[in-house]
Amino acid sequence: MKDINILIVGVGGQGTLLASVLLGNIALEEGFDVKLAEVHGMAQRGGSVVTHVRISENEVRSPLIEEGGADVIVAFEELEAYRWISYLKKDGAIFVNTQQIKPMPVIMGTAEYPAEIVKFLNDNAEKVTCLDALGIATECGSIKAVNTVLLGAMAKELPFSKETWIRQIEKTVKPKFVELNKEAFEKGYQA
Amino acid sequence: MEKKIMLGNEAFARGAFEAGVKVISSYPGTPSTEVTEAAAQYDQIHVEWAPNEKVGTEVAVGASIGGARALSCMKHVGLNVAADPFFTAAYTGVTGGLVLLVADDNGCHSSQNEQDSRYHGRGAGVPVLEPSNAQECKDFMKYAYDLSEKYDTPVLMRSNTRISHSRGIVTVEERQERELKPYEKNIQKYVAMPAMAKKLHVAQEKRLNQIEEDSKDFPINRMEINDKKIGIITSGICYQYVKEALPNASVLKMGIINPLPKALIKEFAEQVEEVYVIEEGNPFFEEQIRAMGIPAKGKGMFTIQGEYSANMIRKAFTGEAPECVPAQEDAPGRPPLLCAGCPHRGLFYILGKLKKTVMGDIGCYTLGALPPTSAMDACLCMGASITMAHGFEKAKGKEAARDTVAVLGDSTFFHSGITGLINMNYNQATGTVIILDNRITGMTGHQDNPSTGKNAKGQEAPAIDIAQLCRACGVEHIVEVDPFDLPAVEKAIKEETAREELSVIITKRPCALIVKQPDIPHVITDKCKNCKMCMDIGCPAIELENGKPVIAAERCVGCGLCKRVCPFDAIEEEVK
Repeated sequence: MKDINILIVGVGGQGTLLASVLLGNIALEEGFDVKLAEVHGMAQRGGSVVTHVRISENEVRSPLIEEGGADVIVAFEELEAYRWISYLKKDGAIFVNTQQIKPMPVIMGTAEYPAEIVKFLNDNAEKVTCLDALGIATECGSIKAVNTVLLGAMAKELPFSKETWIRQIEKTVKPKFVELNKEAFEKGYQA
Repeated sequence: MEKKIMLGNEAFARGAFEAGVKVISSYPGTPSTEVTEAAAQYDQIHVEWAPNEKVGTEVAVGASIGGARALSCMKHVGLNVAADPFFTAAYTGVTGGLVLLVADDNGCHSSQNEQDSRYHGRGAGVPVLEPSNAQECKDFMKYAYDLSEKYDTPVLMRSNTRISHSRGIVTVEERQERELKPYEKNIQKYVAMPAMAKKLHVAQEKRLNQIEEDSKDFPINRMEINDKKIGIITSGICYQYVKEALPNASVLKMGIINPLPKALIKEFAEQVEEVYVIEEGNPFFEEQIRAMGIPAKGKGMFTIQGEYSANMIRKAFTGEAPECVPAQEDAPGRPPLLCAGCPHRGLFYILGKLKKTVMGDIGCYTLGALPPTSAMDACLCMGASITMAHGFEKAKGKEAARDTVAVLGDSTFFHSGITGLINMNYNQATGTVIILDNRITGMTGHQDNPSTGKNAKGQEAPAIDIAQLCRACGVEHIVEVDPFDLPAVEKAIKEETAREELSVIITKRPCALIVKQPDIPHVITDKCKNCKMCMDIGCPAIELENGKPVIAAERCVGCGLCKRVCPFDAIEEEVK
């Protein structure tokens, strides 16, 4: 298996952590080395958050993915996709939740939210998948399932079977939310 | 043996557990907090939150004198608070093994500076260890206790944000229980007064020299000889970046970083053509290695600022830049914000409105300094809001105190605010101190403190009443208000600042992340006159759409503060 670098970006409070927990457990079960790096602290308070996941058959050295190094970027928000696009490998895939959360400088009118981010991404990256994960999650019954929808979409790009993912969801998510998350994963997978 | 994915900090805790540690006393501080939290899960260890790092360190010293293995954890600036016991414990040495864990914050992810704590280790004259991944966090912790007891010295375990907050695979082992070492009264060793201290200093120098001599055989150092053109001396996270960027280079990876393993460094330097030192922060290794007569290159190529990366090292040595879409410099920043429903928001809204000079402090509420409230003038270190406000008044006179307040949280007040308040009373200040009592230590991820009624293990504990405590410090005027009761907050601030006497205002409302709000999203109705008053509170759920404020239902928690601010009754709970 070739090394896999996955960058998960979003806004504090969007539930970006679940994806990295699942990926870490999958890598461990399949016998790979894995490192995960996340930003804590002030970023929990609605700031820009990023999680790095690195999986390899060999020893993973740096816990960080760097510019031009991500095979997959999962962006929970459009501006965050735009902010982190330089981290995508030339032939990497980016999955974007087409939701916009305006940062305070934009709300205050001191900065502008970049126009036509989706077009920019399509013009600059080879594999771009945009989906309304918030809408899909709402259909499934909870806006909190945005992360699982995106996970489903990304899963197609990774060399782990769907069953492996579902099994990890069953192990990780609270029992009463398992069905909802399985549905959200499936819808993301089909998107 | 079982393998687990662990956060660096969880691995430190596991190492302490396996090493038979019996007592841990810490004050929370990002990025060190999870060590103590993870350790609290182990029944065999007494784990407590201390009110500050000095207390935590002294408790650990006492436990060590009592014969137990002990630990105190802190962030880099916390080590400054603990420096007093730390520097003298370096003289007295230990009975049970003693480790202080300090986590630096290269890149200022969640701190007020990028202090390089390696200098504290060198200044105090204790061995300092630095791991490079989660497995080493666990292994080095166990090794640190062996060193501590073998050489009769506290050991400083140095981490940083990247080590503490990265996860990796760790092989876990069983705990080794340890009998308490017998306590023997030893005045010469443990009573650090001048006559004894002079002798203790000699002993400390001797053991440090011994450690330096022995360190060439420590298994935590590793020489990896590959291509001999480039020889890199490094430690910690930088080792991982070096291996990623220059897999063929020769590397001396140091596990002990004070005293430096000089014999190894010499041996390594003799084997390679050029010696480079790669270290984040100040040229701590480089200056010492150059003083050994080795013409090492380091900060001439690399910065003292922020974090390093494999790309940065690769570029410096090969000139290679990554192939990628250029970084989009016009992406607007996304600074952190007070959460939707945060109790502090009401207070900062009023402080901004009244245009008070606000001496701030360390906690979530430092975010009150950001727009739109921008209601803060200074923030220095834990507890400094009160003391800076006092100094401001003494410089500018009583009039200045009529327009100035100190603002700090409950946990920060216990940490080191209370001594400042005692000083204000004693030295006849007339200012106003506002204590934000949200019933938790918020910023670091919700740890209990002396006023919450729970201890580090989540068990019931005596709760100190902040108002009573202030009264005991000699404060006569104490007002308690709900920070969401905006008229009451405004009245309290106006009255108490106007009064030429010391007063304390306590705003009481629990953190929005621990006591959930009603969670009924609010909506802005067509009564809205677009005055944008609701925008002034800086709520992350309110944004402008086509020039008019709207509330994003998925982010609104239903706290209703915007409704209280709206002059036209245009904000209502959503009707399903």
